Amino acid sequence: MNQMPFDPNSVRKIVSVKAAPETAWRVFTQNMGTWWPLATYKIGKAKAIDVVLEPIVGGSWYEQGDDGTTCQWGRVLAWEPPTRLLLSWDVSADWQPDPELQTEIEIRFIREGKNNTRVELEHRKLDRYGVRRDQMRRIFDTEGDWGKLLALFGQLAETFNSEV
Amino acid sequence: MLTATQVERALDALGDPTRRAVFKRLRKGNRSVREIADGMSVSRPAVSQHLKVLKSAGLVVVRVEGTRRLYEVDPRGIEAIRNWLNGFWEETLVAFKQAAERESTKPRKPQ
Repeated sequence: MNQMPFDPNSVRKIVSVKAAPETAWRVFTQNMGTWWPLATYKIGKAKAIDVVLEPIVGGSWYEQGDDGTTCQWGRVLAWEPPTRLLLSWDVSADWQPDPELQTEIEIRFIREGKNNTRVELEHRKLDRYGVRRDQMRRIFDTEGDWGKLLALFGQLAETFNSEV
Repeated sequence: MLTATQVERALDALGDPTRRAVFKRLRKGNRSVREIADGMSVSRPAVSQHLKVLKSAGLVVVRVEGTRRLYEVDPRGIEAIRNWLNGFWEETLVAFKQAAERESTKPRKPQ
């Protein structure tokens, strides 16, 4: 296991995908709207129906609403199919477009065997969130606030017991 | 974007035992205030009040059918709590992995 040192300005995630890097790259960059959890992770007022990543350095990364509006998330900073993608994430702590924010997301697609890809994602430069860095890091990484949830589960269990 | 604050509101809403009981009565689908209140020891106005809190917490949606107002669980609220637990990138990457693996098992198109 890779135990990465804690970095307050960066979140790292690794996922192993049973697909070739070419397929993983294509799904990630061309079909983002089919898998991105748009019901919850979107910033526009309209219902989001797609995510578009323009396949060129300097291209836009944005969500598309069902009313024709778009909301920019960031830009393409590096486009190296099928191995490396660098994006800027320019969404403020209040989930508004902020072109000045410029946190970075680097995604690497590393071939592992015949039909497997290790996808490494790093969301970094979180210091750009200023005083809200720690709050945002928790959201991107994991809230880790299990205490409250465990308390709730305890209460739910009691409700079930009392229903018998 | 459903923020941590909104998720906390949902968890707070479910922290009340009566409200939790009201929420659980919605699991089997649409229900009117009368149907929810039947068999409970709380009044209909109290049930309405609890539904209002659940609605503003994003856990319940209301649908109007003629003169009836029917309440049901909002799956997005449940999804938001799950996402909040997993974290943004964890949730997003798991969704991506599933999509890429589905794509990978599709028959290859002729070149």
